[in-house]
Amino acid sequence: MPLVPTGGWRIYTVSGSMPRFDPATWKLSVGGLVERPTTFDYEQLRSLPRANQISTFHCVTGWTVENVRWGGVRIKDVLASANPLPNAQALEFTSMELPYIDYLTLDQAALPDVLLAYEMNGKPLPREHGAPVRLIIPDMYGYKSVKWLSRIDLVPAASAGYWEALGYDRDAWVGHSNGYGAAPKSKLGTQPTGKTARTPLVR
Amino acid sequence: MREHRRIRRFSKTERLFHWTNAAAFFVLLGSGLVLYLPSLAILVGRRPVVKDVHFWTGVAWLPALAAIALLGDRGGLLRTARQLDVFDRDDVRWLKRERPAPQGRFNAGQKLNASLTAAFFVLFIVSGLLLWLGERDTTFRFASTVILHDGLMYASLVLLTGHLYLALIHPATKHSLEGMVTGSVDEDWAAYHHPKWARRGLPLEEQDP
Repeated sequence: MPLVPTGGWRIYTVSGSMPRFDPATWKLSVGGLVERPTTFDYEQLRSLPRANQISTFHCVTGWTVENVRWGGVRIKDVLASANPLPNAQALEFTSMELPYIDYLTLDQAALPDVLLAYEMNGKPLPREHGAPVRLIIPDMYGYKSVKWLSRIDLVPAASAGYWEALGYDRDAWVGHSNGYGAAPKSKLGTQPTGKTARTPLVR
Repeated sequence: MREHRRIRRFSKTERLFHWTNAAAFFVLLGSGLVLYLPSLAILVGRRPVVKDVHFWTGVAWLPALAAIALLGDRGGLLRTARQLDVFDRDDVRWLKRERPAPQGRFNAGQKLNASLTAAFFVLFIVSGLLLWLGERDTTFRFASTVILHDGLMYASLVLLTGHLYLALIHPATKHSLEGMVTGSVDEDWAAYHHPKWARRGLPLEEQDP
């Protein structure tokens, strides 16, 4: 652990203590509006098809870390066995750091560079970055990229996550939300590109 | 051997002002570093509490100093502020390391330190308030606020390090700490380092408190 915030990362938490990943007990549950609620332990999650990407991480408070190498799984591969029901329109991401929670619509979650990341810069995701697995959606500010994931639930609609309940935008498009740039408009909530990842989205 | 005469350098108001500012700064620095440095953030945790300590200390900072100024020796504080504000020809020579450059009650370095501290104080409070407001209202959210706030921290750390070195370690200047603790300094020391002030200065017992 570097003493100073190397590479520009700041570590933000909202509760009294930082969640600790215990491989023996940790599970990722997929539930809500699905045919078959599913759970993955760490090994099962890592055995799903692997995806790598290099993308830039923007924080709404103004700092940015460029070219982070992430390794993980795509959301569709995590949802596949659970099989979402037709009335499911959004995903609810629950952190081990309660009460942190946030939402993406299924359209937003389907952007090609949305990732459930368990590796960062070639190493297992460090504790302070959300070990063992965190969400990454490079087109949106970091508060959407829930750390220390424990649950993903299919829900009828996206509602207000932790920071959104405090006035942040639900559709947190980088440069076009939370007081930055133009006002949002479009079907996905604004102007997603899914192209923030700089390199091919290698499998 | 002749007893060393003392002369009054700082009033009670000035000392309380200085030490209140110092205490607030250290609380803000400590809590701020916990919020800022990943290693400390993990070690300490409890970010919401640390955030509250940092925020409320910041909020209390200006009113505390203002209260000391208003309830204490206002006139004396103003006179001191004016002394700190004036850079004369000797101060310029002193900064250029040209000698002789006889100094008054404050040398040019101390004047510079006071000006920068005051400027950083204002910028800290403005950027800190913007950070707080920005968490609540996007109108106040600017990408550079956090960078300004962090940069101020680094700049003031440099200033503080120099200040602590001169006040605690450097042999020629560390006597000045006594002035800030007890209010008075050795007259011979003052005559050597601050001749334009000390030569006019009176022995302690003949001065205003």
